[in-house]
Amino acid sequence: MNNPDLESSVAAGFTDAGPAKISANKVSVYYGEKKAIDEVSIDIHTRYVTAFIGPSGCGKSTFLRTLNRMNDTIPSARVDGEILLDGQDIYRSKMDVVQLRARVGMVFQKPNPFPKSIYDNIAYGPKIHGIAQSKSELDEIVEQSLRRAGLWEEVKDRLTDSGTALSGGQQQRLCIARAIAVDPEVILMDEPCSALDPIATARIEELIDELRGRYAIVIVTHSMQQAARVSQRTAFFHLGNLVEYGRTSDIFTNPRKERTKDYITGRYG
Amino acid sequence: MSPAIFVLLAIGLGLVGWLAARSRAWAFASSGEGRTRLHSLPSYHGWYVALWAFVPAIVFVAIWNVVSPQLVMQSLLADPAAAQLPDFGINRDTVLSEALAVARGSAQAVFNPLAAPLVEPAAAAMHRYGIIGIVVTLLIGFTGGVLAFLRLKPDFTARTRVERAVMLILLLASLVAILTTFGIVASLLFETIRFFGMVNPIDFLFGTHWSPDPMRDPAYANGADYGALPLFWGTIYIGAIIAMIVAIPLGLMSAIFLTQYANPTFRKWMKPILEILAGVPTVVYGYFAALTVAPFIRDVAKSLGIASASSESAIAAGLVMGVMIIPFVSSMADDSIAAVPSAMRDGSLAMGATKSETIRKVLVPAALPGIVAGVMLAVSRAIGETMIVVMAAGAAANLTANPFASMTTVTYQIVAMLTGEGSFDHPATLSAFALGMVLFVVTLGLNFIALRVVKRYREAYE
Repeated sequence: MNNPDLESSVAAGFTDAGPAKISANKVSVYYGEKKAIDEVSIDIHTRYVTAFIGPSGCGKSTFLRTLNRMNDTIPSARVDGEILLDGQDIYRSKMDVVQLRARVGMVFQKPNPFPKSIYDNIAYGPKIHGIAQSKSELDEIVEQSLRRAGLWEEVKDRLTDSGTALSGGQQQRLCIARAIAVDPEVILMDEPCSALDPIATARIEELIDELRGRYAIVIVTHSMQQAARVSQRTAFFHLGNLVEYGRTSDIFTNPRKERTKDYITGRYG
Repeated sequence: MSPAIFVLLAIGLGLVGWLAARSRAWAFASSGEGRTRLHSLPSYHGWYVALWAFVPAIVFVAIWNVVSPQLVMQSLLADPAAAQLPDFGINRDTVLSEALAVARGSAQAVFNPLAAPLVEPAAAAMHRYGIIGIVVTLLIGFTGGVLAFLRLKPDFTARTRVERAVMLILLLASLVAILTTFGIVASLLFETIRFFGMVNPIDFLFGTHWSPDPMRDPAYANGADYGALPLFWGTIYIGAIIAMIVAIPLGLMSAIFLTQYANPTFRKWMKPILEILAGVPTVVYGYFAALTVAPFIRDVAKSLGIASASSESAIAAGLVMGVMIIPFVSSMADDSIAAVPSAMRDGSLAMGATKSETIRKVLVPAALPGIVAGVMLAVSRAIGETMIVVMAAGAAANLTANPFASMTTVTYQIVAMLTGEGSFDHPATLSAFALGMVLFVVTLGLNFIALRVVKRYREAYE
């Protein structure tokens, strides 16, 4: 995208943030013939929450899923451009998707715990990646992950119960605990609160804020209030384009683009 | 009088009622104060009257069909010519049925001279009751139709009434299947009880020697010859063990391939082809088992030094049966794997699991209830299977774990006992019913478990 404003906003805003954790350069995504994402370039930093906002169908979820190659599961999807994780292209042919997804975890829109016990849900990732050497180490990882996800106190006495028996909000925190159990560097969240009630949502938002110190978090959200509450960076997508990217406070109080302004003031979307 | 005439009459009445009522409803709609708004469409009025004309008439026809032959018989016996008949026994029945057959026109002439004078009164009685039947049918149908017709008004709720009738008809249809099942159970039950009057159930269920002799005097029937354990073992060994060792892995793997790896076009073609396997008549599988598989297995076993290998073997029947029920397993497994929410699969992949780890650790466990249900259905199909074992497993009731030995199953023995020379009060023949009862109870139990499992699995995702 030939967009000098965007380049300057990125350059001007984030000089304090250090090197980018993820750096996307002119990424386009096609579904068959249809272009869903048009040359998006963006830098994402550790210890910040980056929110992707925009109307339905703007491509924000599609773009999020390119960051850990979840689009690979859709046969017709094709990705152009480069996405660098710590400077290495994740779409290069030698990239091991299993390794990538261990480093870039994901939480989905609808809580999707496996129909296994709470313990096995958390232990799933450490087991397939061979992270724990012993049972006691695995126990420790499970406890620590549940504690970080703020779920330990609620479930410590019933780790053998099925994960699907928890409430929606607890299930989503279980999924977050599952994602952090493999000690990722980046956590992608695809509208993690859209299936939850306001109280559970507030709980997840608190959690995101607590987790921000350790990971780079990218959250796709429909709710502009949520983006304003939890994120420090906001990227506004529209029709497959990245329209504007900057500090959340700037985007919401002083957008540079007419389209951004129209969207956040509720003109459309 | 042929029953077809009665049925046609009832249908005719119904048709007339339908046309009359519909045109009356049209008349309501178009006549009088501007446009009267009908509560129901004219065709509902038509159906309402048609049902009232048809249903009572057809119910009468059904009853009349049972009653009128007895009335004919009564008036025939009241005839003076009937005094010549022998008092009772087979002879009397033959004469009477011969006379009736000639009177009906289904036989040309009488064979027994005693029947000749009875032909005339039989024909007369049939004619008389035939006329009475037709008149009453017409009367009932007509009365029903007219009474219904008189109730028609513009605001008559014909629609709701017809809907109720439709529900009743559907209920009856579903009852037929259930009642048939009860009928089957009842018919099995009585013969089974008779059998257990002659042979001790304990001997039957737990005895290990099976050699019923239908030619032997029933008075000397020995419980020791009716030990069905070798049959139960043969059934389970062939149907639930050997066949399942073939069908479960192959069925499951083909389901996994079709749902997770095959491209959509391939799946679109492959799935129906696999399901066709289930439609091949079992007798064809039987040929294959008896003529190709069984000799091949015998030769292989012989070359491996297993001298006891028989040309009819449990393993030949079991292998072919296993292939036959692959579609049962794969189709249910396919459906239940495909029904696992894709969020589950994405969740696992996003954790960095590979495709096969995802299948092994998430998809198959999540789909397990459906897979188990498919296996249960396949087992109950396999243990009820007859043709393949008749052709390939042999008739010897061996209680052995040697898969190369000839074995026999419950279904095979049912066929053997019922098609023999034995009469129906001999325990050898009656044992078929007891075997059938055991089979029925076992398959019913398996299906029941399978349905319960499927139900639990549905609750999990809805």
